[in-house]
Order: sequence, then C-alpha cells, then structure tokens
Amino acid sequence: MIEITATAIDVQKIINAASHPEAGAVNTFIGTVRNNANTKSVLRLEYEAYEPMAIAEIKKIVDQACQRWPIKGYAISHRTGVLLPGEIAVVAAIATPHRAQSFEACQYIIDTLKATVPIWKKEVFEDGEEWIAAHP
Amino acid sequence: MKYTVKAFGITKDILGGSQMTVQSSGTTVSALRQALLQQYPALAGLRSVMIAVNNVYADDQISLTENDEIALIPPVSGG
Repeated sequence: MIEITATAIDVQKIINAASHPEAGAVNTFIGTVRNNANTKSVLRLEYEAYEPMAIAEIKKIVDQACQRWPIKGYAISHRTGVLLPGEIAVVAAIATPHRAQSFEACQYIIDTLKATVPIWKKEVFEDGEEWIAAHP
Repeated sequence: MKYTVKAFGITKDILGGSQMTVQSSGTTVSALRQALLQQYPALAGLRSVMIAVNNVYADDQISLTENDEIALIPPVSGG
C-alpha cells in the first residue's frame, strides 16, 4: 500500500496493511517533524508532493527492494500540508520473514525515498522560510 | 512550441505559479530547459532542476509532444 495523504497518518493502519502471516518482522519507520534545524527553532514544515509521480517513484523503490529482500508486505504513507513539531510526516512499514531483512529493507526504502521521490518540504522559522536543499 | 509546465516547491515560487506556459524553440527537454532558464534565470541558482515527463524523470534528449505532462522537479526533500 502506498499513499500520499493530507490528513494525519494512522500508524496502526499502516502496520496492519504491511503485516503478513509469513513475516516474522514488521519494521516500521516513523519520520517526525523536528523542532529545530541548524540551531534555529522550526515553527512548522509545509510539505508538497507531485502526487502521481511520487506514488510511481515509491512503487519503483519498493520493487527494487523486493528484488533484494523477501518482502512479504509493505505500506508507506507520506503527508502533505502543514505539520507542527512532533507530528508524523512519513511512515514506512516493511514485513519480512526475519528481522535483519526488515531493518535493511526499511532503511533502504526510506533512504531512497528521501533521495528520489518528488516531495518537498519548506521549513518555516520565526524570521523566514526556506525550501530544504533547494540552493547549494 | 508552447508547453505547459507544472512547477513544484521553489520552482513554483520562481515561475510565479503552479502551472505556466513556456515557449520553446525546440522539441526536446534540453530546448525546454534552455527556454526556462532564459525566462526564469533564478532557476540557475538552484542546486538542480530535473524535468519529469508523464511522471518519469526525463533525460535532456527526450522529445516532447503537446500532450505530455511536464513538471519541474527541484531538489527533493521528502521524508
């Protein structure tokens, strides 16, 4: 299951969607909004996604991961919209027969998502705002 | 050729809208990139600008058609 959602992510729903009777491990990564960046206080993050392409790219990443690990189930959900510190921005749950596989596959999927999927976040501070990584 | 280009993130700020029409002298992604840089020089200051055609990252030599969905993809920062 892959979703981009404008409303709060139901973590248990994601875990349930990934779980599989042949899996002995469901590794769940939860990405949350941190309240600081480079010594500045973050008021909020604003997330934007190119939704159809984001879903297609996440699917490509999952397909690649399935070539490398015996993934029995997966569910990934990413937020769009305004998020406050502490709120959940992304959840990735990956189910495999054994735990080492689930740690590795989950890390691979979230690391690659962060590098290639067309989703963007803007950090909003008291004294300004900035699209992350946009400028060198 | 006139192309409709979707813009996201900082490119939406630079282009002044989430979708703009761009006049290009050619039919390739490369020609469109040149036209965009001419019209919106601030794009050159970005770390990168990828172009996606029909939801797939496109190389510079790809040919564009009128019905293609074209999008500017500045550096991604999901997760």
